[in-house]
Amino acid sequence: MKSSVIIFPGSNCDRDMDVALNKFGFKNKMVWHNDNTIPKSDLVVLPGGFSYGDYLRCGSIAAKSNIINSVIEFANKGGLVIGICNGFQILIETGLVTGALLRNKYLKFICKNIFVKANKSHNKYFNKIKKDILELHIAHNDGNYFCSEDDLKTMEDNDQIAVRYCDINGEISVNSNPNGSIQNIAGVFNKKKNILGMMPHPERVIDNCLSSNDGSFFFENLLSNMK
Amino acid sequence: MKIKVIVTPKKGVLDPQGKAIQQTLNSMNFIDVDEVRQGKYFEIETNVKDENDAKKNVEDMCKKLLANLVIEDYKIL
Repeated sequence: MKSSVIIFPGSNCDRDMDVALNKFGFKNKMVWHNDNTIPKSDLVVLPGGFSYGDYLRCGSIAAKSNIINSVIEFANKGGLVIGICNGFQILIETGLVTGALLRNKYLKFICKNIFVKANKSHNKYFNKIKKDILELHIAHNDGNYFCSEDDLKTMEDNDQIAVRYCDINGEISVNSNPNGSIQNIAGVFNKKKNILGMMPHPERVIDNCLSSNDGSFFFENLLSNMK
Repeated sequence: MKIKVIVTPKKGVLDPQGKAIQQTLNSMNFIDVDEVRQGKYFEIETNVKDENDAKKNVEDMCKKLLANLVIEDYKIL
């Protein structure tokens, strides 16, 4: 399976993602934001980082870069697109997924492992993962997910909430919400569920020596659905 | 010609920075302050001669880049 990771000025999780994708069997290519087309790919990843220094709004400048039109075209044809952290912010700014990411509720940059419950129904990202609760990593200043009540209802009706923050026992509550996101939302799908945007970084937890190995389940599951 | 734009968080959207500023002002004895909303201010120098045309262009810029209409309102001054 072929994947492409887009590098923006200020991306800093692009190489971690490259390592993770290669480790689990993808043939990955790095693609520069100023290119006009993505190479033939089965998966496109917008990585984490601080594209364009988070100027204006996180992800807003990257969402207007040269490569984005071909990413949008790829996504609209049903191609699998993942945006992690800053990549999620870019997806939001392109309008490929619904909502907005505000400054964290308590104004702190949060960098720690958290637990999430993933939506396993009818999607290629989490469907066959055996664990119910995944330990992933977050590192962000603007991960406070927000959308209008109407949008939230539409997304819930379409089963588009991909990931929610929970505690170690799987309880989804205010206490397990690190950044103030509505309904503990850590990630969402588009309507067709080919696009996933989420704040937690699976690529940072792909080995037991990295404090958690749960990111491995994410990549293994995704690859198994693409073969 | 210079066109000025203010972008502010929409009513009902959480504004943690505004809230922190309000609490700080209260702690500095500005006890009359009930709410602060923090926004952005842009000065756009354009070579369009007609003011209405210039403002129309800026409106387009607001919709496409300067504001995120999910969470922000804009006002062209």
